[in-house]
Formats: sequence, structure tokens, C-alpha cells
Amino acid sequence: MRHTISVLVENEFGVVSRVASLFSSRGFNIDSFIGAPTNEEGLSRITIVTRGDESILEQITKQLNKLIDIIKVIDFSDGSGIEREMALIKVAAEDESRAEVLRIADIFHAKIIDVTPRSYTIEATGNPAKIDAILELLRPLGLRELVRTGAITIGRGAKGWAG
Amino acid sequence: MKMNGARILLECLLKEGVDTVFGYPGGTVINIYDELFSCGGIRHILPRHEQAGTHAADGYARATGKVGVAIATSGPGATNTVTGIATAYMDSIPMVIITGQVPTALIGNDAFQEVDIMGITRSCTKHNFLVKDVNDIAPIIKKAFFIARTGRPGPVLVDLPKDVQIASTKFIYPETVEIRSYKPTTGGHPRQVSKAVGMLLAARRPVMYVGGGVILSNAAEELTALSRMLTIPVTTTLMGLGSFPESDENSLGMLGMHGAYCANMAMTHSDLIVAIGARFDDRVTGKVATFAPHAKIIHIDVDPTSIRKNVRVDLPIVGDVRDVLTKMIKKVEESDEAVAAYKESLVPWHEDIAGWKSKHPISYTKSSSVIKPQFVIQKLRELSDEDVIISTDVGQHQMWTAQFFQFNKPRTLLTSGGLGTMGFGLPAAMGAQAAFPGRQVIAICGDGGIQMNIQEVATIVQNRLPVKIVILNNNFLGMVRQWQEMFFEKRYSQTCMELPIDYIKLADAYGAKGFLATRPDEVEAVIRQGFSEEGPVIMEFKVAREEKVMPMVPSGASLNEMLLNA
Repeated sequence: MRHTISVLVENEFGVVSRVASLFSSRGFNIDSFIGAPTNEEGLSRITIVTRGDESILEQITKQLNKLIDIIKVIDFSDGSGIEREMALIKVAAEDESRAEVLRIADIFHAKIIDVTPRSYTIEATGNPAKIDAILELLRPLGLRELVRTGAITIGRGAKGWAG
Repeated sequence: MKMNGARILLECLLKEGVDTVFGYPGGTVINIYDELFSCGGIRHILPRHEQAGTHAADGYARATGKVGVAIATSGPGATNTVTGIATAYMDSIPMVIITGQVPTALIGNDAFQEVDIMGITRSCTKHNFLVKDVNDIAPIIKKAFFIARTGRPGPVLVDLPKDVQIASTKFIYPETVEIRSYKPTTGGHPRQVSKAVGMLLAARRPVMYVGGGVILSNAAEELTALSRMLTIPVTTTLMGLGSFPESDENSLGMLGMHGAYCANMAMTHSDLIVAIGARFDDRVTGKVATFAPHAKIIHIDVDPTSIRKNVRVDLPIVGDVRDVLTKMIKKVEESDEAVAAYKESLVPWHEDIAGWKSKHPISYTKSSSVIKPQFVIQKLRELSDEDVIISTDVGQHQMWTAQFFQFNKPRTLLTSGGLGTMGFGLPAAMGAQAAFPGRQVIAICGDGGIQMNIQEVATIVQNRLPVKIVILNNNFLGMVRQWQEMFFEKRYSQTCMELPIDYIKLADAYGAKGFLATRPDEVEAVIRQGFSEEGPVIMEFKVAREEKVMPMVPSGASLNEMLLNA
């Protein structure tokens, strides 16, 4: 089962590698891993998408909480979060396929951010399933390059993570 | 007053009450050693290898309950501490390890004796720090000691670049420490405690399964009190030995792979297991799928990650085991009238246990022609002081010590349980002896393990640490040989040491005394002779070469599938 976990961490030396090496040393999977500073000084947020059954998820959250530099672990497995991912997609577009690429981008509310006579580069945003869907449609036209950010998640409602 | 970073480090150690450190000088710690030269109040012991220095700090911590401190230089000095750090980490021993580092400007340049010790020790420390500013030394050392000894204890490494040691600033030691991301739960939840006592009083075949956590939290007294109030049988892990007197009638001894038959049978037939500061290690559970099939499980541990890691748990209690046990005792006292009836209801259970105990007690076949290693252990117990501290290496002699020595007091057995580190015994004994100069300290080793840190005989002689080294010499790597005999059709691949070592001459070369026993009737005389010497001693016993540790739960088998006879 797929789980999304957000981790609030002190912006200390080596904190990203602490979190990452916990996953590798304990044999937990990482589907995606993304981190950046937050609005609070000295605080970063890492979002990890992982896979495993309930007992593995319990171990992951407990082991993360045990790391000294970790302030809070939020498990969004219950669907309580809104998930977004961005993809930058370079797709071949020549002759008859140029119009098709534009149509697909339009359907997914994606933007064209670079254009050449032989290609379009598309910026697509949405939940990971939506990104998968646009990729599926673009793939037959010829994907030249793909960059995904991995998922980030924020909780629903008026409250921030600290409550 | 302004001080340099090296001096600030030493002042911090003094503030933390450190009286002994184990360290080895080198290029990037030379400034610390220069300050140490004029700093009173800290005894420095120079081991002959940084690994041994780290084990010695570990042994000091296990014997005293205080935080052990080790110092090593950058590069190879730092990497040599890694086995010692991992050993302490697996057994949750509080330690602070200070490593020198190349100057900050050179970090990452592959400088002379540079190694990324932060990266290397990330997965075997509770936490580690790189100090980049002299103003951070004091707050980081304060945090390091706090993290090492609180919650589930563990080793903390502080990497200190040379330029930070040289830079100066005003020394201010923080009075308090506050880490917003580190708040271990120590108080057991009262409602969970009530539930636990309710389950306990409803059980008819209860067992307390006790690990090193009881010793780490100094809860041996509370454990013993609770067991005696309700006559609940207690079995301990290797790390838990000493937390409950094995002389007590409710003691089942050690459980697990080489545990007592009665302990493993009690676990298998129990209807309630109260796990206290133990972590359901694979050497304890055997095959997890068939482990304690009839039992509900209460798990008390300060570390939430230990709970439900290996086995299902019916009632978790996160907290310091001493706090939880104290609350449980109070709760039992409140239900005073139920206690007498409860004890009565356990009589059939005690009868079952007595049956298992008498059916297959821990035993061995005696011999009058060849020295049995178990006999040596029994004689050591008989002839040693009541408060003797024993350390071991890893392997057969370690299991025989666990089975036959009979530990009655906490912090009297120092052994590498989790990591299983050969070479631990002598340096750990050295650390314990430094802490308790007046107590008897015995390192029980095999002929494999002793050679992994034999150089420390020099350290104990130089520092007048009268450690008594016992070598049970079978000229084999005995435990592996035992497995080869039992499971690999006696293909003794690389387990025979072949070259005989003259340990008596070796003792002499280091300036220690050496005594040798080759026949059973010499054992007692050698031990008496060794104990009567004031200084360090090596006592070598040529033991039965192919003796096996029995009983045994084969790897992957269930606890009730013990092999009983050699």
C-alpha cells in the first residue's frame, strides 16, 4: 500500500541524509523524497512516498520520530491531505503531432514553457495520478525527457501542522 | 574568561561529572591532549587501540550507569571506534565519543587522516554532531550527554575539527538543555498501567520476560519486588541477567537459543507475557510464527520502536520501566485482598514450571580427566566475591557464563549481547575496573576473542588495573565449530586456531602473572592463585575441545523444539 508521510525537521547538518539513510538501512522503500525549507526559520519539510503494510508504516513513523532532529511526523495515509506533484515533460512534436500535444496539454490544464520546431516542453501540475495520466497520453508521441518533483502534501482545513 | 575550544571541551566534561576518559592521541586531537596535560580532575587511560578504548568506556558505563567517554583522533582513530560504538548502540549503552576532525576548511578535500565519521556512524549512534563553531562546543556537549543518557540510552559522537579546538571564546556551560524535537516519554500512562495490572491478575500462567532495559533504568529492585508480591516467574535475556536474582525461587534463568528448558517451556505455555525492557530479539523468540502461541503480551519499553517490531503486542506501555514498575506495584498494593487468592491460583503453574526445571535443568557431563569449561565457570562463581563484575567476549564461553555463573545483582555482567562483538571482554573489564578499583573484575574469554584485543594487557598492567583474565582455551572458534559439527557435518572450515599460544609467557611479556590449568584437579588452585595476586592475571584453562553449549534452539526453530543433549 502507498503512504505519504510529511516530516518536519530541524534544518541541521546532515538531516536529509539521516532521514534517507534510515529508509535504506531499515529496508523501507522510497517512491519519492522531496524536501525544502518552510515558512518557519530553521525548519524544513520532507515529504516521502513509501510502500508497505500497516506494520511497516508503523515502524517507519516510529523510527522517524526517534531521530533526534525530527519535530513531527504526519501520516497522510488516511487521505486527509491534498497531494500535488509537478512534472516537466519534453515531448517530440513535429508535423501532425504538434496539435495533438497541445490538445492533451490543454485538457490537463498544463502549460507550454518551451517550444522548438521539433518539441514542446510542458509543465503539468496535479496529483500524481493525473501526472501519470498525461504521461500515458504523451508517451506514444515520443517523450524526450521527464522530470518529476515527487509528491508534496498539505493537510485539509484551516489548521496548520502545529494545530 | 576566554578559553580555546580544547579547554572548553574538558571544562564541559568536568561539568558533566566525568572523572575518567579512555582516549588515544593523534594529530587532530593534540590540542585536547595539550590541555589535558594541565587539567586536573580527569583521569585519562591510554588503551593500545581505539576500539578497545571505546569498549572500555562502554564497560565503564555498563558497570556504573554513568556516561562513558572515549576520545580518538580523526581518520583511522575514528574508524577504529566504530565497532565499539556499534556495540554500545545495539545494547543501548550511554556513551559520548569525541573524535578529532581535520580543520573545517579542509573537510571534504580528502585531507590527511580525514574520514566522514559523521556519515559512517549515522546508523550506529543515537545521534552525532559536527561542531563548526567554537561557541557551539558547550551547548553541543551538553546536548550530547543529555541525549546519551535519557530515553533509550545510546552512544553520541561529537566530531570536533582542529581549528574549532584552537579558536577561543568565553566558556559558558548551559544550565539546562531543551531540544524541541527530542522529548522521550518516560512516565507510563496510568490507564495502561491499570490495564496491565488487571491483565496480570487475570492471568493463570504469567511470565515476566526481562531485558537489559531493567538494568539500564535501575529497576532491578522494583522488578524483584513485583515478582515477589505476586510470585510471578521471571526469565531474563542475556542482557537482563542480574536484573533479577537467579538464586530466587521464581527465577527461570535465561531464555532463548541457549536458555533454560524451563524458561522456553514457560514462554510457550504462558497465557500472559509481560515483556519489560526487552525487544523480542531473534535469539530469544526462535521462530516468530510459533512464539508464545497462547499468550497475551504486555510490552513495557521506553522506546516505542521496540514495540510491535517483531511480535504482536496486546498492551503497549511506553515509558521508563522503573516508573511503570513502580506504578504497577502501587496498583497491586491497592488490590491487596485479591493477592492472596491470586497467588493460590498460580500454584498449578508453579508446579508445571518445577516439573520442567527438574526434568531438564541446565547441566553438563562432568569429567575427572579433562577440564569442562562449565566446571571452570562454576568454580569461578564459588571462589569469587559476591559483588564481582564479569565481562565476556562472544561465543561458547559467553553462553556458559550466562548459564552457569548465576547472576544476582544488576551491572555485574558486561557482555555484548546485540552486536556480539568478539574482543569486548578484556577492554570492558578494564573500563569497569577503572570505575571500581576495589572490586574484583574478571574477563572471561575464549582463545579466539582474547586475541582480538590482547594488546590491552599492556594497558591494565600500566594502569594497575588488576583485571583477572580467564581464558577458556579449546583452540577452536568454538561456537562456529559447534554449528559446523551440528549443521555442517563436521566440516571444520577455518575454525581451528592450530597455532598454540603460550599465554603464560605472553602474560610475562606484558608484566602480568600467568597461571595454567590443564587438569580438572588444578582448576581450583589456579583460580585461588590468580585471585590472590594483587595485579592483573591471566588464568588459562585448557578445556574439553569439542564441548558444546546445550541446550539449543536451532536457528529458525520454535522455542519448544530444543535440542537437549550434546
